[in-house]
Amino acid sequence: MLNLTPKKIYERSALRVNPCKTCQPVGALYAALGVHKCMPHSHGSQGCVSYHRTFLTRHFKEPAIASTSSFTEGASVFGGGSNLKTGVKNVFDIYDPDIIAVHTTCLSETIGDDLNAYIQDMDLPEGKIVVHTNTPSYVGSHINGFFNMMCGFINYLSQSTGVKNGKTAIFPGFVNPGDIREMKKIAKLMNVPFVMFPDQSGVMDAPMSGHYEMYPKGGTTIPEIVGLGDCEKVLALGELTCEEPANVLERKCGVPYELLPLPIGIEGTDRFVMALSEISHDDVPYELEEERGQLVDVMLDAHPYYHDKKVAIFGDPDTVLGLTSFALELGMIPKYVITGTPGEGFVRKATALFDKFGVFDCTAKAGADLFELHQWIKNESVDLLLGTSYGKQIAKAEDIPFVRAGFPVLDRYAHSYFPIVGYRGALRLLELISNALMDRRDKDAADEDLDVVM
Amino acid sequence: MNAREVLLDKYSARVYKNRKEHIIEVDKNIPDQQITANTRTIPGIMTNRGCCYAGCKGVVLGPIKDVLTLTHGPIGCGFYSWGTRRNKARTESGENFIQYCFSTDMQEPDIVFGGEKKLRQAIKEAMEIFNPKCILICSTCPVGLIGDDIHAVAAETEKEYGITCIAFSCEGYKGVSQSGGHHIANNGLMRRVIGTGDRPAKTKYSVNILGEYNIGGDSWEIERVLKKIGYEVVSVFTGNGSIEAIKNSHHANLNLVQCHRSINYIAEMMKTKYGTDWIKVNFIGLEATISSLRDMAAFFGDPELSARTEEVIAEELAAIAEEREYYRSKLKGKTAALYVGGSRAHHYQLLLKDFGVETVLAGYEFAHRDDYEGRDVIPTIKEDADSKNIESIEVEADPEKFRVYLSPERYEELKGKIQLDTYDGMIKDMNSGSIVVDDLNHFETKEFTRLLKPDIFFSGIKDKYEIQKNGVLSRQLHSYDYSGPYAGFNGAINFGRDLTMGLYTPAWGYINPPWKTKSVLKASLAGGDK
Ligand code: SF4
Ligand code: SF4
Repeated sequence: MLNLTPKKIYERSALRVNPCKTCQPVGALYAALGVHKCMPHSHGSQGCVSYHRTFLTRHFKEPAIASTSSFTEGASVFGGGSNLKTGVKNVFDIYDPDIIAVHTTCLSETIGDDLNAYIQDMDLPEGKIVVHTNTPSYVGSHINGFFNMMCGFINYLSQSTGVKNGKTAIFPGFVNPGDIREMKKIAKLMNVPFVMFPDQSGVMDAPMSGHYEMYPKGGTTIPEIVGLGDCEKVLALGELTCEEPANVLERKCGVPYELLPLPIGIEGTDRFVMALSEISHDDVPYELEEERGQLVDVMLDAHPYYHDKKVAIFGDPDTVLGLTSFALELGMIPKYVITGTPGEGFVRKATALFDKFGVFDCTAKAGADLFELHQWIKNESVDLLLGTSYGKQIAKAEDIPFVRAGFPVLDRYAHSYFPIVGYRGALRLLELISNALMDRRDKDAADEDLDVVM
Repeated sequence: MNAREVLLDKYSARVYKNRKEHIIEVDKNIPDQQITANTRTIPGIMTNRGCCYAGCKGVVLGPIKDVLTLTHGPIGCGFYSWGTRRNKARTESGENFIQYCFSTDMQEPDIVFGGEKKLRQAIKEAMEIFNPKCILICSTCPVGLIGDDIHAVAAETEKEYGITCIAFSCEGYKGVSQSGGHHIANNGLMRRVIGTGDRPAKTKYSVNILGEYNIGGDSWEIERVLKKIGYEVVSVFTGNGSIEAIKNSHHANLNLVQCHRSINYIAEMMKTKYGTDWIKVNFIGLEATISSLRDMAAFFGDPELSARTEEVIAEELAAIAEEREYYRSKLKGKTAALYVGGSRAHHYQLLLKDFGVETVLAGYEFAHRDDYEGRDVIPTIKEDADSKNIESIEVEADPEKFRVYLSPERYEELKGKIQLDTYDGMIKDMNSGSIVVDDLNHFETKEFTRLLKPDIFFSGIKDKYEIQKNGVLSRQLHSYDYSGPYAGFNGAINFGRDLTMGLYTPAWGYINPPWKTKSVLKASLAGGDK
């Protein structure tokens, strides 16, 4: 496996090998799926959205709907205005969503289609809405696409009436439905009335009923998005993912925001809980304190199996930072911490975590790829890989235990139903990590060394 | 109203007008039934189609294991086509490019100021790190628009590094589906690779397998059987493919065309340029495999080869007889719908028939009329603006390398017996009353599932979970749901096993919770304890 990867590291400035990011539109599509009765629409040639739907379906094992402007060469030369117009009409006719969320692709961006103008020109059926965002794939990554689409919804829809609605908006970041459910559980336990935006739970984890629902029960509703403008406050989870939409909402409607890391691990979750308790002015209920206590209990019990173990962590910036933080809390050494998404903020934050826990010789890099990570590992190996599915190649090549987390996980089932956020999510991560390391020890043990009790 | 009319009736006038030409009900009493294909998808329709790049890089070039295929464009396209198609490949040294994704990952300045510089630099780095013998450059949407001359960069690369470097302008917006990309890839391989090798075939019974991508290991199962009979497989286009083998493909005496849509251009051009005949084979399905093997034997016309063919067929059938019977008993009488790319929707009907499963609907994602109606209709197909944009290259007989295997008399004799240098299309293998749909979309999938109630709906991942949520088993015929091989004798059994498993897995029985069918109150009343 990966036998062409040499140990010797060459500087690369142009060749990307085995990327650890993908393009903006897929993030926009995912964000739009978190809005109730919304049809994501890709304004470009149909190949992009075919790839994006495939990618999301492979991760969630759920249908991911989206329509397309189906550009051909003509549209690429003369502009995609008429394609969009026809497309929108047909989508409302055939699929009957309440709202269409348009994002662009490299193609429509490169030719410079003016979506604002196109949309203003449209005759829409009564009560139906079209919003858009720009998602040029040659900037940032799918993470940018995700927050750009959030901004698109806010820009078009959110209004401040001057009367607050008493709710807190929670921006969950680029996470799985299982994570969103956990965040909701915590907010409910904390007695904080909230709006989750976007909310893919109930959409990308819809149950089997024998009847396909094109628009399942879940998703943030349009009135809720409008009402974001009247929220008391935004808790923006994922500092590198959610700052932009929080900012847009603040500028547009004057809603203040608090930026927090994803609640992964003890400290991340503590901060989320503390922020909620500041809003509710309530005590933290015993139920949460119990969960936290259980987590710490197991952390202590199992520490010999992960303490001081070296781990390489890769994936999306906020997820990786959260996982790094938790690895440090477990006493592990996050030897290599990378994301494919560019941005030095990631490196600063990762380095701050290293410093805080006093670990040395750890490397963080943004805009990196899995080829580079593999080369580092060839030079100095780690005990565990923690990240997205493509890591399995490295795991196999170097025979390193591997725990999957983040986006995408294409080769396992049910993962998206379970959280990695919250105290419960941390406990699950702990179990996955210690199991992987302990399985490894069992596998490597000589017969006389195999411990039945560990 | 039949199912077709019921469905079409739900469309608005404009969509109706378009779609009615793409959906037909097979009627054997009507000669030459026509279908519209290879035309634009209407904007807004949730099509399953991909793009030109997907056809070129994803389908035809992607499986080649000994070349560095570099996607020139922003990151997405390259990323999505990385290790996701299950075109298996192995090499002796373990050095295998298809495990990797290479991209120039274009950034905004590259779009604004042009990306050639970055492409050149990426090639330089690729040479330093991987030192490939051959680089294929595939461009994505923005590249054509900003006017990067990838062909010039390829030419420079050849000069500077002394390697083969071929550029493919397969921008996603070209053509109306993946199909244009197949054609572009075919052209590049024909122009630059095929015919450049000087390693002659070792035997008379030398063949190439065209349009076989080794999904789930299909090609390995096919080759196993062919080798057992005594054939030499010179090259496979392009499953487990190697540029070295493709270079020498013109030394083979016969081309076997498996996927007609994606590779027919090469089959035709090789016939013109090198005199190599082709036959349409189908190694999916037992009867289909057997008849393909017999056609091959007929082509070579050697009684010994024919005898050996029959021997192997008998041996192979004997080895699977018991399992075949078992799965047939589980599957007989079921009905299926199939929607796949460009040949499988035809091929798999025959495999299903082996197990007693009838096909009620079949459709292609990016086929042309000839894939449905047979190649005889090609002269009558009108070129539209979209197909004109895909280059068609003219080749001539190569004065040195042109040779014909069959004498004119043998050729004439065979022509009536086997599909020699031609393909009769899918529709002729379908029953009256079954439905054919071109470019089937999300809405039609949902409606036809309801109207035709097939027991199994074969399609791709984008449809799979929608179909299953409606209570119907769906298996992916692009990726085989991570199983396979499905080709040849052993493959047929794998297929039967997977299908049986899917239909009989206990989960289907748990969809309705007990409280939905019987209220708790009634149950206790019936029990009589209150
Ligand atoms: S990188 Fe651009 S062309 Fe490729 S899939 Fe993404 S949006 Fe489409
Ligand atoms: S067999 Fe189907 S999936 Fe494969 S190349 Fe042909 S059309 Fe595409």
